Formats: sequence, C-alpha cells, structure tokens
Amino acid sequence: MNSDLIFYSTVSDVRPSSVHAGAGPEATDTPAIELRGLHKSFGPVHAVDGVDLEIRDGEFFSMLGPSGSGKTTVLRIIAGFESPTAGRVRLAGHDVTDRPPFARDVNTVFQDYALFPHMSVAGNVEYGLRVRKVDRAERRRRVEEALGTVRLAGYGDRRPTQLSGGQRQRVSLARAIINRPKVLLLDEPLGALDLKLRREMQIELKQMQRELGITFVFVTHDQEEALTMSDRIAVFNDGRIEQVATPVELYETPATTFVAGFVGTSNMLEGEAARRILGEPGLFSVRPEKIRIDQPGTTVDAGRCAAEGVVEEIAYLGSTTHAIVALGTGVTLTVQQQNADHVDSALLQRGRAVQLSWPRAHLVRLVATGESHPGDDPTEVESS
Amino acid sequence: MSVAAALHRRPRLRLGLLLAPPMLWLGVAYLAALAALLVTAFWTANSFTGEVERTWSLENFRELFGIGVYKTVTLRTIGIAALVTVVDAAIAFPIALYMAKVASPRAQRLLVVAVLMPLWASYLVKAYAWRGMLAEGGLIDWIGKPFHASSPGFGVTATILTLAYLWLPYMILPVYAGLERLPTSLLEASSDLGAGPATTLRRVVVPMAMPAVVAGAIFTFSLSLGDYIAVTIVGGANQMLGTVVYANVGAAGNLPFAAAVAMVPVVIMLLFLAAVRRTGALESL
Repeated sequence: MNSDLIFYSTVSDVRPSSVHAGAGPEATDTPAIELRGLHKSFGPVHAVDGVDLEIRDGEFFSMLGPSGSGKTTVLRIIAGFESPTAGRVRLAGHDVTDRPPFARDVNTVFQDYALFPHMSVAGNVEYGLRVRKVDRAERRRRVEEALGTVRLAGYGDRRPTQLSGGQRQRVSLARAIINRPKVLLLDEPLGALDLKLRREMQIELKQMQRELGITFVFVTHDQEEALTMSDRIAVFNDGRIEQVATPVELYETPATTFVAGFVGTSNMLEGEAARRILGEPGLFSVRPEKIRIDQPGTTVDAGRCAAEGVVEEIAYLGSTTHAIVALGTGVTLTVQQQNADHVDSALLQRGRAVQLSWPRAHLVRLVATGESHPGDDPTEVESS
Repeated sequence: MSVAAALHRRPRLRLGLLLAPPMLWLGVAYLAALAALLVTAFWTANSFTGEVERTWSLENFRELFGIGVYKTVTLRTIGIAALVTVVDAAIAFPIALYMAKVASPRAQRLLVVAVLMPLWASYLVKAYAWRGMLAEGGLIDWIGKPFHASSPGFGVTATILTLAYLWLPYMILPVYAGLERLPTSLLEASSDLGAGPATTLRRVVVPMAMPAVVAGAIFTFSLSLGDYIAVTIVGGANQMLGTVVYANVGAAGNLPFAAAVAMVPVVIMLLFLAAVRRTGALESL
C-alpha cells in the first residue's frame, strides 16, 4: 500500500478544478463527505466492516472508538491513503474513491505531525502552495497568515526539530489549512500532548473550525475530547458504527451497550434484575449521577424507579463522591453524588442500607452490541 | 577474593582489560601500517641496488608532481572513481527505493540477499566475467548486434562498468537503509498536500535520502580510487594510481615511490570526507 503513494501512473501535480466546480460558495445541502457501504480488509482482518456515513458541510465531526475499531482506517480511506475493498467515497457530491490523495480536496493533520525535517517551518507550511505553483509573494503572504492563525507568527525560519510537540502540532495544522481544503482530517492530533496542552488545543481547534468554516473530521479514542469538541460523533466498534449522534444524545440516550459503556460510565440492568426492579425484562442503562440515594423506606415519587441495597464501597473525588451499592440480586450500581450542602453524608458509609431511586425518563433501553448487526455478511469481499 | 569480584569494583580496569587486545590490533595492524607507509614515502630507493635508503627527502613527491604522466593517471583515477559513483547512485536509488518502500517484507529479505550475493563471489572471477562479456564477440557484442551496437572494448569505459558492477552493493545497502528510515507518513503528507509522485520524489525522497547516497559514495569512490585489479583486467593499456603503486612495489622495486603514490588516494579521500562532512553523511554510515 505504500507503493500507491509514489508510483501512481497518472502523474498530475495539479488538483482537478472539477472538485470545486458546480458547488456554490455555501453548498450546505450536499454532504461534505458521504461514505457508502465501506469495507476494508487487511488479509483476514476486517478493519472496516460496512460503514455508511454522511458528514455535513461545516460541522465538527468526531469518529470515536477504541484502538482497532476502524476509525483511523476510515479516515485514511477518506484521505486516499487506503483504497476500500468495497464501497464508495464522495466528497462534496463527487465520487473520489479512485482518486489518489493529491487529487482530493482534503488535507490531513497526522498523528506524528509528519513535518518535513529538511525544510524550515515556512517551507513546510508553504509546501501545498508550492507544488501547485502559487507565486512567491502570494505564498509568503499566506504563510504569514496561516502561522498567525495557529499563533506561531515569526517562527517561519525555525526547523521543526527546534519546536516543542505543541508547536509542531500547530505547524502541521497551518500546513493543512493554508490550502483552504473543503475538509480537514485530523488523526488523533492531540494524542502526543500532555493534558493541559490538550485542553488548550481542544478549545483552540474548536474556535479555529468555527472561524474557518471548514468541515473537521476528528479521530480520537478519548470520549471526553469527543464530547467537548464535536457537533456530532460516530462511535466505532469492531469496524462498524454503533451510533451517530450529538454529544448530548450520545450521553443521555446511548443506543447500544457498547456506547453506554464507552461514553461515560453506565449502570447496566438486565434480565432478572431488570424484571424485579423495573417490572419489565430488557437491557437498560442509567447514568450514576441520575441516581438519588436515600434512607431505606423513603417514599418514592411517581415516575421514579427504586431499589434497596447496601453501600459496598465509597470513593471521595473532591467535588463528587462515588458509592458502589450492591442490590440484593447480585447487581451493583455506581452512584455519583455531588458533595453539596443538601446531601446527607451519613448515608455514604460502608455497610449502610440505602434506597436508590432514579427518574424513569433517565432509564435508557439499550440494544446489546452485536445484536444490532445480525450476523456477518457472508458475501464479504476478501482481499489480499 | 576472586578475580571476578576484584574486577567488579574496578569498572575502568575491567574495561581496559577487555579492550586492550582489539585496540592493540587496531593500533599495530592498522594505524602503524599507515604510519609506516607515510614514513617510507619520505625515504628513497637506491637505483642500483634497489635497497631503501633511510634518509629524509622529498624526492618522491617531486617526481610525482613533476612528471606529467602521474598527473594524468591521478586525474584519470579521480574521473573513473567519480563516474563509477554516479553510475552506482543512479542504479542503486531506484532499486533501494523499491526495496524500502514498495516490496513486501518477504521480497525485501530476498532482495537484500540478492544484492549481497555478488559479494560472496571472488572479486577476480567477477572481473574476468566482465572481461569475457566485454571481449570482441562477447556477450555485450552479441546483445548489441541487432541494434548495431558493439562492446566498448577494453579501456576506461570498460573499467567504469566493471567497477560500478563490483561496488554496487556498497551503494545499494546504505541508500536502502536510509530510505527505510524515511517515515511513510512524510510521503503521505506530501501526497496529501497535492504533490504527485514525481514532485514527492524530487522534494521529499531525494533530499532526505541524500546523506545515505553520500555515505554510499564514500564506499564506491574510495574503493574505486584504490583499485588496480579491474583496470588491469579490462582497462587495456590504461593505468590508475593502484597500478602505478603495484608496478613500483613489484617490478620496479621502488617501495618509497610506491608509498608516495599510495598517499595520493589517501589525501583525495580525506578531502572528499571533509567536503561531505556537512551533509550529515558520516552519521548515516
């Protein structure tokens, strides 16, 4: 697959202008990216196993999932570094599946930054303009502008090796946005930064995206990062998409057991426990902060479910306290309490009998992961 | 107390004992021999008896720089070494690029073995093989016949071809190692930023592989400078510095003059190394 990069038989240094043709200045109706029936196999491994996705023009879209879930492969297919075993990729309505990376109107921010070590910062940033024969004065102007956008004005003459990780990340961003792509692909760009810098860059990236109006496709395994930054999130698991939703929907109404477990912490109730506590069988989730902890025997309002149990473990976390409560049926629930005035701290003692209750509205019925995809497609295309 | 325990508390002594034999070997066999060569160059040989007279003189160097034929031989040697290097770089680069970035891991291993294989055969056999190929009515003549081309015959061209063949592995291996270290993400980044394969090659691959090419050039250039066998076998009447040294050691029995001639490639190599030092090639040897 490496060979594709340097040995394409059709040598073309100029991007076809047809990428832009037809699309008006604000073509918001056509999805920026459209993936249809995407499959990608590496030998016997199905890295991407049937992905359909539409990413809207101008949105901050995250692809979230554990490592090996296929999210990076999907990103690389959009960029053109990998070709799908089956399925089509459309950018702004144009099928680009068979186009090499240099003929697609997208730019990528790489996880390892991929800065050219033999060029200065300015040399790196102007690379895209240079290969498209933009004249020197224009190049210089836009390099200054791009470096200003990432708050690195005046760093043009330095070498990438002289910069810190965060600065290299910014150069890599400037190098991508200077080309004014329709879509910017970011492959875990904050993965190598420390926590404080990460938080700063998260906010900056979000602001930058809003100002530039470029569609961002952001790959991450960090659910908090995805919730913080995104307009919409696709949760990947095992080469498939579990759910596509806004951060609020994803957290409040996860569709599957996988999403409920991967995004935030969830209490799962199923089978016998669900029947006894909730009065109906099924698979349910309730978030720890939705559960209230009371004296046993406290009257329960209509519209709330309740169960009695014993506090098994207490973890004090500063602003909140977590309690693990064992219900009679062998089920344990995690409860999160704000450490506010009105909370009865006497209840948060190990061995204490308590009553838990939560609004029925916050009880989410889940689909067990795997059941949503009935069996593997036997017509799966094998590739070498 | 055991010896091992005593040594355990004296790491410097331990290191000294460990390194003494190889350092001694390096010092005596390598540097001392070179120093002896340098010293001999300032002595003279009695032209009647052929015996070395240990009196200091610059006579050998005066002769070396004074007589036109030595200048011609020196320039010819440098020219041949430079062309061999260029030919090797031109052949090695695509092969190394294929090995490092295209071939499957299995093919990669096979190719490394294939590149190394000629090094296991005798130098003389390979040189004579080329003599056979270049000879009148040889393989090259036979292949060239339909195209009305003929073998270049024995001479400078034949010498360059043969040396380029002999030293090719020494160019391929460093360039391959250099390209192997080139992160694939840089090639992807270049393509992502709109550069076609040719532009990526010119702006990213070649500049980044340059130190490795220079590292290979150090081998091909220095090996060519000192060669005397290939030129004897396929070079026709042409002489290189190596053949002059050989003739003076053997037939003429003028060891001091041979030593003076032998200093020439050493000096040229030192100049060459000084010139390429700044490319960072010495770090990628």
